[in-house]
Amino acid sequence: MSAGRNDTDRTGATPDVPVLDVRGLSARIAGQQVVEDVTFSVPATGVTAVLGRNGVGKTSTLKAVLGLIERRGEVLLAGERVDGERTDRIVRRGVGYVPEDREVFAGLTVAENLRLAERDAHPRRELVAELFPDLVQRAAQRAGTLSGGQQQMVSLARALLNANRLLLVDEPTKGLAPRIVGEVADALAEAARTVPILLVEQNLEVVERLAERVVVVDAGRVVHTGPARALLDDQDRVQQLLGVHAEVDHRTAEGAVSR
Amino acid sequence: MTTQTAPPAPATPADDAPRAERTVRRAPSGTIVRTVAGLALVVLLACLPLLAIHVPGVLPGPTYTPGALQMMALCWLIGALALSYHLLFGVAGLLSFGHALYFAAGVYGLAIVLDTTEIPLLPAAALVLVGGIVLAHVVGAISLRVTGISFAMVTLAFAQAGNVLVRRNPGGATGGEEGLALATANVPDALVGVLNTRNLYWLALGVLVVVYLVVLWVERSRAGHVAAATRENEVRVRVIGGRPYLVKLLVFVLAATLATVVGMAYLLLQSGAVPRATSADFTLTLLVMVVLGGVGSRWGAIVGGVLYTILDQRLGTLASSAAVADLPAVLRVPLSEPLFLLGTLFVLVVMFLPGGIAGAASRLAARRRPREDREGARERLEEVA
Amino acid sequence: MSTIVLLLVTGLGLGALYFLVASGLSLIYGLMGVLNFAHGSFLTLGAFGGWFVARTLGADSWGVFALSLLAGAVVGAAAAALTELLLIRPLYERHIEQVLVTVGLSLASVALFEGMWGSDPEFISGPAWLKGTTDLAGAPVPNDRFVAIAAAALVLGAIVLFLRRTRYGLIIRAGVENRSMVTALGIDVRKAFTLVFAVGGAAAGLGGVLASQYFGYVSPHLGGSLLIFAFIVTVIGGLGSLTGAAVASVLVAVLQQFANYYLGYGDLIVVLLLALVLLVRPTGLLGRAAA
Repeated sequence: MSAGRNDTDRTGATPDVPVLDVRGLSARIAGQQVVEDVTFSVPATGVTAVLGRNGVGKTSTLKAVLGLIERRGEVLLAGERVDGERTDRIVRRGVGYVPEDREVFAGLTVAENLRLAERDAHPRRELVAELFPDLVQRAAQRAGTLSGGQQQMVSLARALLNANRLLLVDEPTKGLAPRIVGEVADALAEAARTVPILLVEQNLEVVERLAERVVVVDAGRVVHTGPARALLDDQDRVQQLLGVHAEVDHRTAEGAVSR
Repeated sequence: MTTQTAPPAPATPADDAPRAERTVRRAPSGTIVRTVAGLALVVLLACLPLLAIHVPGVLPGPTYTPGALQMMALCWLIGALALSYHLLFGVAGLLSFGHALYFAAGVYGLAIVLDTTEIPLLPAAALVLVGGIVLAHVVGAISLRVTGISFAMVTLAFAQAGNVLVRRNPGGATGGEEGLALATANVPDALVGVLNTRNLYWLALGVLVVVYLVVLWVERSRAGHVAAATRENEVRVRVIGGRPYLVKLLVFVLAATLATVVGMAYLLLQSGAVPRATSADFTLTLLVMVVLGGVGSRWGAIVGGVLYTILDQRLGTLASSAAVADLPAVLRVPLSEPLFLLGTLFVLVVMFLPGGIAGAASRLAARRRPREDREGARERLEEVA
Repeated sequence: MSTIVLLLVTGLGLGALYFLVASGLSLIYGLMGVLNFAHGSFLTLGAFGGWFVARTLGADSWGVFALSLLAGAVVGAAAAALTELLLIRPLYERHIEQVLVTVGLSLASVALFEGMWGSDPEFISGPAWLKGTTDLAGAPVPNDRFVAIAAAALVLGAIVLFLRRTRYGLIIRAGVENRSMVTALGIDVRKAFTLVFAVGGAAAGLGGVLASQYFGYVSPHLGGSLLIFAFIVTVIGGLGSLTGAAVASVLVAVLQQFANYYLGYGDLIVVLLLALVLLVRPTGLLGRAAA
């Protein structure tokens, strides 16, 4: 993927400039290398999924992009270098982050969680209310007392309140009941119509439904990039790339294909 | 986390390999060289009372004079105390603000036993040592129930209790604010009086050597490795079947015991106990010494302790000198407070010289790896958190 | 009976002072993970600020007393904010080094205060009423106790309102829970750091002026002696919990007063209480699991 480094269109809407370009990114947590020399890019539309077994550095890659962990390498947001910037600056450039395990503020109410996330002068409260009517009803409830699915809604809503140029979404369906997985996928599909998404996801069914492209990570490195369809249809390749959990993934993938 | 997966992932930085090789190849001769150099240094230091070396600005007189010997002996003892704190903080990662308590237990314990009983010095010292070990067990067992900053505060609270006790002078035992003079009736004559300062000097040097050897032994022992591993990742140690709590308690008690030994020698050298030895400030100055010298380095701790003692003494002299007295108040007031200068120096070292003196020295020695060293020092500090 | 009332109110007054120091410590620790050893110096500076105002303008009017309280709070807040900006911020997220820097600052600042004002206590005066006593259930209670209690209650109320009702309060509450997620929402959490330092410093500075009334003097060691008990209060209450700090302040101070009166070793009893709490509940009375 060549990146138009000379093209510094601030809107990031030009389809041929990747909204996110990551080159030679490596990151460490407590002195330990967790991401090594990762290079990939995210096109300005649609969903790009990051796949890989547990603990290969998918979450760390997202965190490194945002500067939440110590990192080296180049990160370009719509053609502009952001790897030297603080996390809050990068986010204010228009990046929404839905972290693994939701990370809602348990002691704050739902309304407070959302209010905290409002960055824009005119946050899109109607959109959020429309997507997650449940949250409007529970505005005064402490987020810590919500179910896992409801917490995920809060986490997604925080990212969707602002007009972003990119969403980083980390395992949004992890540990959720099948019905809730569908709702989360619906919300993401709706969001993907207006903003490109970089999605880390273990559930291949969800990947198949949402993603156009996949980036497969193993041992902190990118080992495969390409169209989602092509990879998911090739079950041997899926098994080879997603290794340890091949059986589980295989079955999920089969289910997805047969449906 | 990356290295256990299948694809080839050269996890170690490439330039680590030659270094490892070099260390392995040089290790045997290196150890011998270092041991010989260490022995030679100890012999040289032991000969100082017989020589007449002038170190103007540092020592008050030639090395054979009682004044100079007294100051050098103080340096060795404080260096030994800093070394015992290194065992706690640098090796096990235990940030204690109450280490002075065990030092004070040695100082006051021995002073009280000698003052109130007829027990001769050696049995008295043994008794105090046992008392110190029991005290360290009790306090350690309670404070180690919490970690990190809470541990620091709890140790501080216990040390403060000791400080209150000493100042309150229960039953007239501690002498309160006045302190307690050394009762010399049961102390061998060779350790009493200005003329015998050089014997005290040799005692102090002996204490430093013993503390150094004990610390070295602990660091090389299995317990030392587990303690270091616990500092880096306590959960992992527990997962592989280690018992971090017990190991930490062991190190805590050992460090406290060493501090008690140093405290007893300190009593003999200073011929008296003063409440300042029990204060929180005194523990904080220990921390200052270790960080100044370089966290995690044995030599750093000693150098930090010695340097701190010299600065503390000489800055006091500077403060009362005519050169300072003539300065305008803006300069005179800060310069006449040694602790202000030392505190400021400490802040500067923490902010701009990670790794302290030892870190700076190793960076100078190996200029091509400055970045790694600096990061190593930072990480070392962060592991404590 | 009258003795008990006297001990109780005096204990509450002392608890109020502890709380004024511990509230800032707890907020700072909760949000930033930093144990601030220099907090005692903010208190001392506040006390000297108040003393300076009182000495310059004449100490016996209520207006001047109010002004000296304000001066103490402002001086404390300014010193704390400067400390955060100059010493803490450059060491962002390096918690142990941040603690070490505050240790160095506390050593250096106390020495500097000694150089500037001498190490002997400086006796102070205030409005005559403060020196008097009020009869409460037969006990002659010194009036300065009531002022301390009222001030601590006001500060507690103000901090709670600030945390509940303002956007910065929201950021601070969220940051205490999960600092990195706050930055991941695009918020510069460092402004909140400076702010909690300033708020904590203001409370400590106010506490300094009140403590100088309570003890009757100002000295470079005023802060240090209160700081250690504030640490104990913070651990007993649970690190990072404001309510815990309030409850523990009262508990510790009242216990200390009673033990001092009946046994003579109040300070030691407090340390025993700390040991007991740690044995039963290592996270403190109202602390969360992650300390």
